[in-house]
Amino acid sequence: MNVKEIRKLFPILDEKVNGHSLVYLDSAATSQKPLQVIEAIENYYRKHNSNVHRGVHTLGNLATDEFEGAREKVRKFINAKETAEVIFTRGTTTSLNTVAYGYARKFLKAGDEIVITQVEHHSNLIPWQQAAKATGATLKYIPLQADGTISLEAAEQTITPNTKLVAMGYVSNVLGSINPVKEVAAIVHRYGGVMVVDGAQGAPHIKVDVQDLDCDFFAFSGHKMAGPTGVGVLYGKRDLLEKMDPMEFGGEMIDFVELYDSTWKELPWKFEGGTPVIAGAIGLGAAIDFIESIGMDNIRAHEQKLVNYAMEQMNAIEGMTIYGPKERSGLVTFNIEGVHPHDVATVLDTFGIAVRAGHHCAQPLMRWLNVSATARASFYIYNNEEDVDALVQGLLKTKEYFGNVFS
Amino acid sequence: MSSLDDLYRRVIMDHYQNPRNRGTFDDALTINMNNPTCGDRIQLQLKIEDGIVVDARFVGEGCSISMASASMMTEAIKGQKVDEALKMADLFSRMMKGEDVEEELDELDLGDIEALSGVCKFPARIKCATLAWKAMQKGVSEPEETK
Repeated sequence: MNVKEIRKLFPILDEKVNGHSLVYLDSAATSQKPLQVIEAIENYYRKHNSNVHRGVHTLGNLATDEFEGAREKVRKFINAKETAEVIFTRGTTTSLNTVAYGYARKFLKAGDEIVITQVEHHSNLIPWQQAAKATGATLKYIPLQADGTISLEAAEQTITPNTKLVAMGYVSNVLGSINPVKEVAAIVHRYGGVMVVDGAQGAPHIKVDVQDLDCDFFAFSGHKMAGPTGVGVLYGKRDLLEKMDPMEFGGEMIDFVELYDSTWKELPWKFEGGTPVIAGAIGLGAAIDFIESIGMDNIRAHEQKLVNYAMEQMNAIEGMTIYGPKERSGLVTFNIEGVHPHDVATVLDTFGIAVRAGHHCAQPLMRWLNVSATARASFYIYNNEEDVDALVQGLLKTKEYFGNVFS
Repeated sequence: MSSLDDLYRRVIMDHYQNPRNRGTFDDALTINMNNPTCGDRIQLQLKIEDGIVVDARFVGEGCSISMASASMMTEAIKGQKVDEALKMADLFSRMMKGEDVEEELDELDLGDIEALSGVCKFPARIKCATLAWKAMQKGVSEPEETK
């Protein structure tokens, strides 16, 4: 893949930050957007803006076609059986909460178990914590291995006949570790439970095939995969979605409304109360076209090359700690001895280098790592080796700077 | 790195490395506060007698700015009347917003804290600098709830 040509499609990369060319290494928080996506959204607002599924008029039909066309693109992208299984949401958080409310709270009871891990992002942890409290179900954690990965042996030991639901991230937003969700799904299914996959850090970087993974639910966001903010997806198997309750009630999602009761539309619209995120879905469709034109395997290989190059150079810096396993997705979470990650991020920012610092919405994992915060550099299709070089130079300067002010 | 030098002045680094009043009391007004977006946390303890802050200690985890600010704040308020300490907090908060407070600083001595004036040029770091001050304000404003 030609990164030089790809970079030209991302106008933000021409921006100067604090007098330097932007080195954007925070794609795990949100990715940048290519012209194709920006233009698709602009085109909708300029030419077709109209509400969907309502009007008889031409624009309404055009908007509906584009919106439902985006759903078909998503279906193909994750290889769902049918578009009825593809629900547009506000993002991964809403997708996971939709399952926690519509499925877990409806079907779980005291004595049942929900199994998660300590690696989870808060959005794949708190909904289950709350669902456990509300239903009386027990929340259990699969113990981690020394490098933060999850072994199938530990999964086997934690998941029991009482386990009704397992929720697990596909890729850790802190460790970059790729979890064995397919294998864990097989264990859960043996006991008749369901497998929920938080795909926020997976879908942008690794080919997703929900039928092959055989997961029951798969949640992801548009904005981490070159699409706009405010749109995400919940995939669910039809039979499960059919028996779930919607989380939001209102317009668009109804079939018949009587004075004292109502019935819901068929899937997937039953879960899309109110005017949906039309422009967002269209933008996500354009983002899928874009990343598929590059190819998921090429994206993975490119990130692999960058992350290996970065780890090699960063490991050579004295006082550097890198968290997580060697085999990983395109991100590096780290700390430099004696310099707090906020200070690292502030110094890097003065060179136009954007990294994330903090607890990365994973406080229980920070506790497990025995740190209060870490810094993280994350890569995507538009990053190149020069970005890594700039990061490494910036880290060396950070060390030098703090070495001097402390002396 | 001149803008960085504004942020990380030597006196700030000194407080970060050699924090004053770091530690705990067995029995004192205790305020826990954290910065949920970044994970910084502080436990501030105040001994208040007859409306005067007679002693202050803190422990916490955080970046150089948040910990240095806590160290400097405890130094500044020790021996001050509570309403004087609150005035200082207000002045510091306005300093962080970039307001011109030079004249007021002539009347109200914030001590080393004035070295933090460079933080206002780094919007992402202002909440680091104000964490300890917010804890102090909370402690003296609603002591019954936080005791």
